[in-house]
Amino acid sequence: MAFDTLVFYVFAAVLVFAALRVVTCRNPVHAALFLVLAFLNSAGLWLLLEAEFLAMTLVLVYVGAVMVLFLFVVMMLDVNLTEMRAGMRRFAPLGLGVGVLLLVEMALIVRSSAFSADQVGDPVRHAADYSNTKALGSVLYTDYVYAFEIAAVILLLAIIAAIALTLRKRPETRYQDPARQVSVRREDRVRLIKMPAEKRG
Amino acid sequence: MLALTDYLTLGAILFSISVVGIFLNRRNLIIMLMAIELMLLAVNMNFIAFSHFHGNLDGQVFVFFILTVAAAEAAIGLAILIVLFRNRRTINVNDLDLMKG
Repeated sequence: MAFDTLVFYVFAAVLVFAALRVVTCRNPVHAALFLVLAFLNSAGLWLLLEAEFLAMTLVLVYVGAVMVLFLFVVMMLDVNLTEMRAGMRRFAPLGLGVGVLLLVEMALIVRSSAFSADQVGDPVRHAADYSNTKALGSVLYTDYVYAFEIAAVILLLAIIAAIALTLRKRPETRYQDPARQVSVRREDRVRLIKMPAEKRG
Repeated sequence: MLALTDYLTLGAILFSISVVGIFLNRRNLIIMLMAIELMLLAVNMNFIAFSHFHGNLDGQVFVFFILTVAAAEAAIGLAILIVLFRNRRTINVNDLDLMKG
């Protein structure tokens, strides 16, 4: 068995195991951590496919940012875990049926002769000084530059939408307003009243 | 020697697992979002496999944009989830019937 075949099967086995645990875990924190494992293993597979830039992006963006966001949200919500368990048994037969059907259908397509090795041919082996990042960048900033700019706008939209959705004013909390404290004048606070002296009763 | 079919089969298995996950976790919106992330991962795996075996970079560019949009989707989805939990104190999908006609 060639070394890359061995690497593929090890990474694929861990990836499938992690994906199964993501969907069957009771605890959302464990599910998020298994999803991190799945992302790391698929980054390894992408390295095997010579997509180095995207493998690194997957680790940095997904494991580093998106999954941390997921973990923060999971820990902010105090969900009732026992209530979560209830529905799993009921939907399991339907879900498994649909999943197996989908898998069989996709296997029929994927295993057909159109994708076999003699149709597709061997992949191009690049030289040692070939840079995937450089090649991707030279395509991204020329042919796909408009799509790239739209992607930037989509990210800006996501920032604004996430902040606008979760922003809340809490009128019941008491807090100091330093601007009003500084700008207050003597006339606003102190009032001198002239009144006759009173006799002690 | 690894063939394209191996990677496509792996992508199909991953996609099916995440479809099963959406059915299994009807009570938990967070795990449903995670299953959607897994689906996108399966699709990306296919794109990169095709890109590698055809010697064409366009598949990788497409994966780049999918990653961007998926990050935006995760951020907005989790923001909606937080607002939902603040208002209803639940993330059970069956309880989300505020908009039923």
